Amino acid sequence: MGAWVHRELGLTDDELDSIVRRLGRDPTYTELAMFSVMWSEHCSYKSSRKHLATLPSRGDHIIIGPGEGAGVVEVVPGVAVAWKVESHNHPSYVEPGNGAATGVGGIVRDILSMGARPIALLDSLRFGAPGDAHTNYLIDGVVGGISSYGNAIGVPTVGGEAVFDSCYAQNPLVNVACLGIVEGELQQGRAEGPGNVFVLIGSSTGRDGIGGASVLASAEFDAGSSEKRPAVQVGDPLAEKLLIEGCLELAGRGLLVGFQDLGAGGISCPVAEMTSKAGTGAIVDLDQVHRREPGMAPFEVMISESQERMLAVVDPADVDEVLAICERWELVGRVVGVVTPTGRVVVEGGGEVVADVPADALAEEAPIYDRASIRPGELEELSAAEPGDGPPEDLGAALLALLSSPTVASKRWIWEQYDHMIGLGTVIGPGADAAVIRLPGSEAAVALAVDGPGRYCVLDPYEGARLAVAEAARNVACTGARPVAVTNCLNFGNPEKPGVMWAFTETVRGLGDACEALGTPVTGGNVSFYNETEGRAVFPTPVIGMLGALESAADAVGMGLVGDGEALVLLGDTGGSDFGGSEYGKVMWGALGGRPPALDIDAEAALHRLLHEAARGHLLRSAHDCSAGGAGVALALAAFAGGRGFEVELPGDEPHRSLFAESPGRAVVSCSRDDLDALSDLAARHAVTAVRIGATGGAALDYGFVAVPLKVAEKAWSTGFATSISTTID
Amino acid sequence: MTARAAIVVFPGSNCEGDCARALGALGVATELVWHTDEGLPDCDLVVVPGGFAHGDYLRTGAIARFSPVMGAVRAHAAAGKLVIGICNGWQILCEAGLLPGALRRNSGLKFVCKWTDIRVANAATPFSTRAEEGQVLRVPVNHFEGNWYCDRDVLSRVHANRQIVFRYADNPNGALDDVAGLTNEAGNVLGMMPHPERASEALLGSEDGRLILGSMLDHVSALAPA
Repeated sequence: MGAWVHRELGLTDDELDSIVRRLGRDPTYTELAMFSVMWSEHCSYKSSRKHLATLPSRGDHIIIGPGEGAGVVEVVPGVAVAWKVESHNHPSYVEPGNGAATGVGGIVRDILSMGARPIALLDSLRFGAPGDAHTNYLIDGVVGGISSYGNAIGVPTVGGEAVFDSCYAQNPLVNVACLGIVEGELQQGRAEGPGNVFVLIGSSTGRDGIGGASVLASAEFDAGSSEKRPAVQVGDPLAEKLLIEGCLELAGRGLLVGFQDLGAGGISCPVAEMTSKAGTGAIVDLDQVHRREPGMAPFEVMISESQERMLAVVDPADVDEVLAICERWELVGRVVGVVTPTGRVVVEGGGEVVADVPADALAEEAPIYDRASIRPGELEELSAAEPGDGPPEDLGAALLALLSSPTVASKRWIWEQYDHMIGLGTVIGPGADAAVIRLPGSEAAVALAVDGPGRYCVLDPYEGARLAVAEAARNVACTGARPVAVTNCLNFGNPEKPGVMWAFTETVRGLGDACEALGTPVTGGNVSFYNETEGRAVFPTPVIGMLGALESAADAVGMGLVGDGEALVLLGDTGGSDFGGSEYGKVMWGALGGRPPALDIDAEAALHRLLHEAARGHLLRSAHDCSAGGAGVALALAAFAGGRGFEVELPGDEPHRSLFAESPGRAVVSCSRDDLDALSDLAARHAVTAVRIGATGGAALDYGFVAVPLKVAEKAWSTGFATSISTTID
Repeated sequence: MTARAAIVVFPGSNCEGDCARALGALGVATELVWHTDEGLPDCDLVVVPGGFAHGDYLRTGAIARFSPVMGAVRAHAAAGKLVIGICNGWQILCEAGLLPGALRRNSGLKFVCKWTDIRVANAATPFSTRAEEGQVLRVPVNHFEGNWYCDRDVLSRVHANRQIVFRYADNPNGALDDVAGLTNEAGNVLGMMPHPERASEALLGSEDGRLILGSMLDHVSALAPA
């Protein structure tokens, strides 16, 4: 073995020393490969674990918190769901179609590993500005990948968001969230009971995705990154669909002792983690692993990230039944090893022992780093810079410019490529504040939203993270749901840079504080570091996946204005100076500076409680939150969704501040005139400002100080993104 | 009487559960039939549901038509009993030669999932008697290959026999003559791209699909011995 092999595998010299100390000898090549994936940033969370441990994760309704395949939450009494978000950023940049597709496949298997049936997907996407040929290629590929995979496995893609900023041009973010319904017993990723056997189920193992975790996900990119394409996995949605059905049948029949997915790190990961958690060991016989190509070296089999595979721990007496069920679902199932009491992972291949290492050394005892963290100096300049809050020459033109900006404009081009209806649960689908999904066999529903305002986070990661949580919770609350739990995906640059690490720790602190204040524990998530290309990092982008609970799906409130002549009410207070990181500042002035909008988290929580109660009391005809583009844009989007205009007068002296300031804690709602008093009383009881601003109806977006025909505004909004994505792709 | 429906399931089918639920809500007893089965259970109607049979890695439906169960589906159709193929199910029935024409890639070359308005072109079929001719139904589509096509001779026969049951009000896929659904010459086999099972509840956006599924039940009851 060459002296520097470990470096090529992404291990540092210190890490190699540590491995040698633990083994009392030099590692074999296979062992080194196993350590390289298990100790990679992606699998071990070595830079983030210390900080993530500070997040609030407990609650009476939290059945399983962080550390398992997915968090499990009891949304209403007796109904539990599994919920998690994960990134597939780097693979999607190198090979957008398969990168995004296998991102979907990976998170679906995380949910499946809990014994839950996946019933909803959401995507949080970040790209550079559309219109650029390479960016359009990435968008087209990523959306096509999600579409081809998600649609075929029969899990609806019910919502998400797509945000565009030049900082993501060379490093797009593809975060996928999945929700599953727990139908029977929860499964655990533990290899209990020496003598039980490991059954590898699903696709054959090939050379695709060798080193995905260590090479792709745990290093920065440079100009040669396209050469890393072989490290991207290839998706087979038919195999995944059969895997879902077959594994749920195995779980339903109580045939699984332990269960875990194969993702990053290949088979090394579940073998090491399941034995480490259970205090057991394993003997794995690589000759039994079904392969898709000959001549694979043992290390390749151990770390291959071939998709659509699960590892089950099964009582030997049940093996025949397990294999028969696999066969019926046209899945290959193979006994590949046995649980031992030794605490060691022993790997055999070709009659030789190719690895023999303590399970804990691979998993539990992976390194933890307390990396240096320093507030970057540039932040002062950013804070001092102009937020871009000057008045526009023409208010109407400013409104149209905002509506047609890619971030605000309609994403129908994206979500019409996704099956968002299968499963007969989609009460509110894509394009809304949050998706509302009725749960199978129940009157209850969940509301799901993903949000990550990177432009706020770059100005102040602590405040940005709080704002991200607030907005995600507000989105869920606007449907009438009660926010109950958070999953998250933290997308950052290189953690070995103190400035990036500082932003990360500040983000985790903000995330924790906001979740504590809103009573939404963090049930798990994912950290994606090294989102840098040629030294330029993405904005700190914490994507918050908020889970909301609705006691009855029939209580769900949509965002579109429903009838004519109904009362429009602005809930919450508008702070006229809330322009830092705003869409208005970006679109009108190309600005990014100042302070992010000021968040009063208690006022935010009060708004959410009000919306939930008003929805349960059937007082609301529509509700939509104010976020990017402020109240002006929020009203316009409610009008488009309902196909009717409005006539309002917004409070405030300076029109552009009333229209476009991005103060959090606000929503525009409509109610019948008869319910106006009841709504006002309820708002007063929750100490939320409620101002009747006007009425629904008409063919114009009439804000008092400016009016735009509905048709004109809607055209700007509906074509803003679709035109720029279509211009360079035939 | 309780109508009985057999829902044929291929590896990669994914709308079988939704079809069972929508039919179940109308009082139909449903049974899922795996594609390797040689026969069908005793049933009044056969549903070939949507999805991605065999992954659609080859031309859609091209592999599914060879499945053992398809022999029984052919026999069921030949006996004059009802068969409905929805979305991928239509593609399979086309490949199996039970319905005329072929389904090509959408003219927009993108997958499309959206609500569509379809107009009833013929209300005198077993699949449309609960609707009126010209009535507009709101039913969603969800496909990549829904662009129905045939040659001129086939089209004139299709017209002469009044085989077109539904037409898109706003064609989402480029289908010839705006065809959203049509029958075989005998009129007992229907293929349609829109998903009636997804339009079976007001809470989910429309109940119009019940008119289509319900018409089939009326037909079945009318045939049943008193």
